[in-house]
This record gives sequence, C-alpha cells and structure tokens, in this order.
Amino acid sequence: MSQAPPAQRASLLGERPADPDGPQNALQAGWTSLREALHAEWTKLRTLPGTIWLLAGIIAATVAVSSAATAAMSCPSRGCSVDPAKLSLTGIDLSQAVVAILAVAAISSEYSTGMIRSTLTAMPRRTTMLAAKAAVVTGLVLAAGTIAVLGSLLAGRLFLSSHGFTPAHGYPSLSLGDGPVLRAAAGSVLYLALIALLSLGIATIIRDSGAAIGTVLGLLYLSPIIAAVVRSPHWHNDIERYAPMSAGLAIQATTGLRGLPISPWAGLGVLAAWASAAVLGGGLLLRLRDA
Amino acid sequence: MTAQVTTPYRPPREEARDGFAQLLRAEWTKFRTVRGWVIGMVVAALVTVGLGLLIAGGGSSTCQNSPTGPVLSGAACLPPVPVGPGGQAVTDQFYFVRQPLAGNGSITVRVPALTGLYANGATAVGSPMTRGLQPWSKAGVIIQASTRPGSAYGAMMVTGRRGVRMQDDYTHDTAGLPGAVSAASPRWLRLTRSGDTLTGYDSADGTHWTRVGTVRLAGLPSTVQAGLFATSPAHSTVISKSFGGGSTSGGPSLDTAVFDHVSLSGTSPGAAWTGDAVGGQATGGAASSGAAEGFHQADGRFTVTGSGDIAPLVFDPAGSGFPTSTIERGLQGAFAGLIAVVVVAVMFITAEYRRGMIRTTLAASPRRGRVLAAKAIVAGAVTFAAGLAAALVTVPLAQRLDRAKGSYVLPVTSLTEIRVIVGTAAVLAVAAVLAVAIGTVLRRSAGAVTAVIVVIVLPYILGIASVLPVGAENWLLRVTPAAAFAVQQSLPAYPQVNAGYTPTAGYFPLAPWAGFAVLCAWAALALALATVLLRRRDA
Repeated sequence: MSQAPPAQRASLLGERPADPDGPQNALQAGWTSLREALHAEWTKLRTLPGTIWLLAGIIAATVAVSSAATAAMSCPSRGCSVDPAKLSLTGIDLSQAVVAILAVAAISSEYSTGMIRSTLTAMPRRTTMLAAKAAVVTGLVLAAGTIAVLGSLLAGRLFLSSHGFTPAHGYPSLSLGDGPVLRAAAGSVLYLALIALLSLGIATIIRDSGAAIGTVLGLLYLSPIIAAVVRSPHWHNDIERYAPMSAGLAIQATTGLRGLPISPWAGLGVLAAWASAAVLGGGLLLRLRDA
Repeated sequence: MTAQVTTPYRPPREEARDGFAQLLRAEWTKFRTVRGWVIGMVVAALVTVGLGLLIAGGGSSTCQNSPTGPVLSGAACLPPVPVGPGGQAVTDQFYFVRQPLAGNGSITVRVPALTGLYANGATAVGSPMTRGLQPWSKAGVIIQASTRPGSAYGAMMVTGRRGVRMQDDYTHDTAGLPGAVSAASPRWLRLTRSGDTLTGYDSADGTHWTRVGTVRLAGLPSTVQAGLFATSPAHSTVISKSFGGGSTSGGPSLDTAVFDHVSLSGTSPGAAWTGDAVGGQATGGAASSGAAEGFHQADGRFTVTGSGDIAPLVFDPAGSGFPTSTIERGLQGAFAGLIAVVVVAVMFITAEYRRGMIRTTLAASPRRGRVLAAKAIVAGAVTFAAGLAAALVTVPLAQRLDRAKGSYVLPVTSLTEIRVIVGTAAVLAVAAVLAVAIGTVLRRSAGAVTAVIVVIVLPYILGIASVLPVGAENWLLRVTPAAAFAVQQSLPAYPQVNAGYTPTAGYFPLAPWAGFAVLCAWAALALALATVLLRRRDA
C-alpha cells in the first residue's frame, strides 16, 4: 500500500494545504478562490452600515405598501374582481427599488471610491469576484424578500378577510397551502432576487451609481406607463410580455390566468433572461475594460 | 471740542464676487463643463421626444364604413366631428321637431312622460332592447342657431336621472327641479328668446314658474330654429383591467318623450312642424330593433323619439365609437425624460460630496443656503429649457402622427395647449429642484435618485394601473408629487357626460395648477430640510 503525499492527504481531510505551491488541480483552485471571494464580499457588504438599513427597508417597504393596498380595498357584497394574492404583494412594486439600490451600491461604491482596484489586485479573477458579489447580494435579497413576502401575505390575510374577502364571496383566506398563492409568494421572492442581479449587471456596465440606478428604474417603471397609452393592442401585449417589470410580476397572478399576456413562470423567465443578459454583459465588460 | 473718529481699516468689499449672481455663474460653469451632465440633459430631451413619437406613431387604427365595405386604415378613418362655439369637439345628434323663429319669442311645453330603450352589448344583435333610461337621456325645448351640428343653442330639458336641467353651448349645465318625470308629476318647461339672450324656466304645475338660468349666445342670428327635441346617449358599462386596458359592454339607446300644452309665440301663425334627425340618423342597433327616431303629432300631443347626445365629446378610450386622442398623449415620454433629469440633478450635488469639492465650494461661499439656492436655480432653469424644447417639438409632431394613424385629436384652445407644454417643462424643472434637495439631504446618488423617482413615478403607476380602488388612486394623485401631471390634462371632465373619468383615462382628481402646486410644495419642503441639514452638518 502506498501512502498519499502529505499535501494531498491534508486536502482530503478538508484542511488547507500546508504548502501553497503544492500540487492542486485547477478546479480546486477555482473553488478555493470562489470561497475566498465569497468570504471577502460577504465581509464587505456585512460591514457597510447601509446594508442592514437597506435590508430592513426592503421588508418595511413591501409590508407597508402591501398593507396599505389591502387595507384600502373592500369587496362590496355584489362581488369584486380582485386578485387577493397580487394585491397583498403590491409592495414589491416599491421594494424592488430598494433592492436595486442595494445591488447597484454593491459594485458602484467600489468604483466611486477606487476600492475596485484593491479588490481586483487581491482577486485578479474578475468574473469570480462578480459571481461572488452576485451570490452574496442575491442571498441577502432572498432572505429579506422571504420575510417581506411572508409579512405582506399575513397582513393581506388579516385585512382582506375583514373587508369582505370571505369564503362566502368566493375568496378563501390567503394560505401558502394553496398552489397559486405559494407560486405568487415564492415567485415574488425570486422576482426580487432577479431584480438584484439585473441591477448588479447594469451597475457593472455603467459603473456610476446615479446613472445605473436611473437606468434600472427607467427599465422597470416606464413600461407600465407606456403600455397604458399605446394605441395598438399588439404593442400593449408585447410590452406586457417582454418588459422586465410587467413580465416578471405576472408570477403574482393567481386569478384570471387565461387573460394574462404571459403565463406566470414564462414571465419570470423573461425577467431571468434580462437579468442574465445584464450580468453576462457586465462580466464581459469587467474582463475587457480597465478598472 | 472735536472728537477724532477713527475707523479701522476694512478691505473694500468686492460686491461682484460675493454676489448671488456670481454664485449662479459659478454653479452654471460647473454644470456646463461636466460633459456627462450636459449629455444627460440632451438625453432627457431626446428620450422625451423619441418615446412620445413612438407612442403616437405606434399602431394604426382600422375601420370599415359599412359591413361590406373595404377596410380602411389611418387618416381615412377620421370621422367628421362637429366643433362647438367654444372650439371643442362636440356630439350634436338628436331628433328635432322645429319651426323657424324670427326675432324674439318663447316656447312652453308640458312633459308628462319620458321613457327609454337601450341595447346591451352582451345581448345578440337584433334582439329586443331593454326598457330603461340612461342617466343623461334628455328631452325638452331647444332654441338653436341652425340645424348645422355644432351650432350655438340653449335648451331646457328633463333627463333620465338628473332632474330638469338648462344646458347651452354643449359645455354649460345648470340644475333645475330634481326628480323623475311621470304622469303624476309632469314637468313644465319654458325657454324665451330676447335678442341673443335665452332664459329658461321650469315649473311643476304650469302656474308657478322658477327661472333656472339666463345665457347669452353671442352672434345668434335673427332667425333661429325653435322646437322640441329628444336624444339619448349610448348605454355603457366599463369593465376595467389592470395597466390601462379596459373594455366596455354597451350599446345604443333611445328615449321617447311625450309633450303636450305646446305653445310657441313669435312664429308665423299656422306654420307647420318639421322633424329632422340633426347630425344624421343614429347608427347601430337602434334602428334594427323596431324602435326608430321620429315624431308623431295628434290632438296637440307630440311624441318624439331620438338617439344621440348634445354634449362635448370627451376622451374615453374605452367608450368612444372611433379612436380619439388628446394632445398630451405624446407627452407621456416625459416620464423617461424625468428619470434622466433626476439623475443629472442629483449628481449635480452628490458629485460635490463624492469628490470633496463641496468643501471648496463652501469655503468660497460660506453662506450655505445661498449655495443650495444657486444650485436649485441652475438645475431648474436648465431642465426647464430642455423640457420646453422637448415639449414644443413633441406636441405638434405627435398630433400629426396621431392624425396620420387615424386618431381624432380632440381640439383644445391654444391657451390650454400652451399650459400643457409649459406645464410639462415646469414639472420637469421642479422635479430637478426636488432632486437637488433630496441629493443634499441623502448625499448618496443611488439613494437620492431612487427616492425622487419613486415618490414621483410610483404613485403615478399605482394611480393609473387600476389595481387599487378608485378612491385610493385619487388619493395618491392628490397628495403625492405625481399630482403634478394634472398639468398635462388638456380636457376637463364634464359631469353632464357619462364617461370613465379615471386617472387611467388621463383625468386627474386635482385641477391642473393645483396638482402642480402639490409638487411645488414637496420641493419647497425638501429644500427647507436640505437647507437646515446643510447648515447644521459638517460638509
């Protein structure tokens, strides 16, 4: 029986190799650098005072606007044509803007302070750095988004059932056990995560925080305004089908699915395509340009 | 005794350098020498125009003049629309039983019955119509300059659900006796003409008369048409969908009024009554279901049946028979311009903080409030110029495109058009001032840009999206900075025309300048907060 060399044995045991120049395969090196990059990005984001406020802002904005929307809605006795799950998640319209600030600041603040040069000196694999940033931001948004969505649904359940949305009117109270409601809830959390990736990608391309956030918000908020005034129903449908906000928010629909311009999961897929295009574009430019 | 007064030496004040004008020049120099900001303003103007033209030019309407005729598109679809004395587009379609009236005179009638029929879009074509009146089904006495649609008139009428009214020149409406007409409670109506003044009276018993109103119709010819009329606007129920789409279910309606005790003074004795469908026979299902416009006269009793309306034409994307548009539709591109303007205006101040330039600026001009004022004025003025240029180009071009694509652009007075154009530029300018103030408070670009865009654009989106109840939508467009877009509303909402006056259709809850004042109040509040913080905090 032959014994494994000490460095290899150490890595098999999950320890750091004693000798950094020891034989390591490329994959392992990649994983190590990704883990280190994740650690570095997590430390950066965690120690910024703004991060915790923005995460709290995501939760507060979602729950506050959703509660206001559900508290304002009442169902008259002759029936109402309202999608209770979608209404309970109205706050996502606002909190996506807070998500965009968080994601844009994660990269733009490095450019505005010149920190990006230290980061890239320490981590020369630029795409790894971007992937780590994306993972950390997405993870934080997923966590905050989950709390926000659960809080909104709880508020919606309380307000709507006291405003005439009762089983007698054909509205069972909101429950995650209901398939479409679960899809709307989980989809809204994913929606916020995809908005974070879209913003991160655009901010990597544009670099300046103000211009980047303006572009992101324009991309999101202009489509419903234009869709409302275009004359041709084809254009109207196309905008609702392919614009990131209207397509992505199709995931919140639980009633009248036949009338939707795009089905819930396909809509989220359109937003995912936007987000991946932005992140890929950002990654490519990050590799090609000087920092 | 003389006292020697010595004054300590003070360097002569250099008024020009310390003055506010100098400060303005300094800020203007900063603005124009940063290439990104100038490009940002140009982009704001370009996207406003570009998006506006895209909205106006997108999609052409098609129409068919007869069920078997060729399908037309674009400008060929434009219907002839009568224009009223006030310059606004009107509907002038009613059944008129008339006699010429030369000089002064008076017409008095008693109306003992008003009944109606309407077709609902849900029922099949040709099936019998439902009995019932529309809220603004109307019948009564009218004196009109001529039978040409759109000519000046004054009328006293009973209505389906709005009691007795006096209306004139399409836009004016005065209430008379309330309550519905029946054989048990008939209504007496009288209209007198004296020169170019018409006076309307109503009465419940024919002896005690109340004056409802007096109107002057400038340039009324000496010979006018006086008589009885009946007309009834289309029945409609609006089903709204999210994000601006909407569909209506409805159909034509007609009403039949019975008149007796008809007396007409001032005409040649023994003259005969003639019946006319002014503005053409009502189209659609009204004729096919057996009931038709016309009149019947027996023993001094007149039965008049009519369909249509005598009212201003309103912008109702869901209800109108042919595609209409408003002059402000193309200006929706201003939302894209707004975002660019906000980014530039926020950076105008946050860049100073990022680069540490603010310390130099405040060392050169220690009165901090004036620095902020100068920045706000420069940002506002530059934005106003860019916004005005964009709106001046967009409005006429979008109207031409709209017409070419077959939409009838509802005419407005030039004063209104100027208000819409200048108002749009002013909204952008005040938004820039708000952005400078919020940028000073938050100091960070991303947060400040988001805050300004969210407070202006998001309430507007939620206001027009039809996801919230109408009460909440109106509330949002009353108290948030989004109220300012009321300044773009070119057509008023007329209570005497039943239509979907929702924010989605472009009708705001506040009057144009009142809405603009809401944004100004927000900007003033933010500026006050920014001044206080700028003075208190270290730079």
